Amino acid sequence: MQVDIIITLRESILDPKGKASRHALENLGFREITEVRIGKFIQLEIDTDDPGEARKLAEQACEKLLANAVMENYEIRIPDNA
Amino acid sequence: MNIGVLVFPGSNCDHDAYHALKHIHGIDTSFIWHKESDLGNVDAIVIPGGFSYGDYLRSGAIARFSPVMNSVASFASKGGPVLGICNGFQILLEARLLPGTMMANEQLRFSCKFINLTCRTNRTPFTSSVPTETILHIPIAHGEGNYFADDDLVKQLEDRDQIVFSYCDAFGNITEVANPNGSTANIAGICNETGNVVGMMPHPERAVEKQLGSNHGRFLFDSIDQYLTHSI
Repeated sequence: MQVDIIITLRESILDPKGKASRHALENLGFREITEVRIGKFIQLEIDTDDPGEARKLAEQACEKLLANAVMENYEIRIPDNA
Repeated sequence: MNIGVLVFPGSNCDHDAYHALKHIHGIDTSFIWHKESDLGNVDAIVIPGGFSYGDYLRSGAIARFSPVMNSVASFASKGGPVLGICNGFQILLEARLLPGTMMANEQLRFSCKFINLTCRTNRTPFTSSVPTETILHIPIAHGEGNYFADDDLVKQLEDRDQIVFSYCDAFGNITEVANPNGSTANIAGICNETGNVVGMMPHPERAVEKQLGSNHGRFLFDSIDQYLTHSI
């Protein structure tokens, strides 16, 4: 089962990459784009048919390794079960 | 006295640390491969700089799960002195042996240059004989050295004497201009509550010979040398 994870910096944390990209977009004329936040996309293949089980494992993987809870939030998406 | 220098895939300051300890300071030093679960007979540990595991995911995030890090955690919990330099500092943060986290430099550029540092406490084994009135001239070399701590943590670090080094100007003033990467409160190095685990972004091992620009890094290695001489 495929599980997608989206990791973003917490709101309170300055995102210099997002900020630099927003400035570049502004210079290109995209004045309506007022904020850019850059994160990570991680795709897992988990050997189970149970979406609940897959979500639980993905959550553990995020807590233990994939995300740093001090500065990042994570969102788990299960496309087949969306 | 024996100091162990950890080696991860991607460490690149391990030999500099070995050179500073062994050849400049005459301390018995050995490399410890990250797959080792036994630290052997060491009295202190240095986690050197570099790009362990290519900085994949986050700097230090994967290295902290190397077998050797369990032994480092138990060594540290018994009061063993541990110094993490640059990527070593990032690994200590990821391993939660030190509080806070590291972000990309505010200016988004890798920064490699000499900076000025002030040593804020002599209570750690690595700073016990660093003269606090001397402005240390030591290089930095990092892209992710922007130390982040929220207000509560900064207060805790200040109250418990856990700020070890701060970026300063040539006169020792801790100013925004002297901050090379956007670190909270100009923090360049911190220690744990007991003071035996120290992490710092600047590279003292690159400043041990005057021919290379500075020998102020020697103060740190002299400190651990004297500390171990008196404690073993």
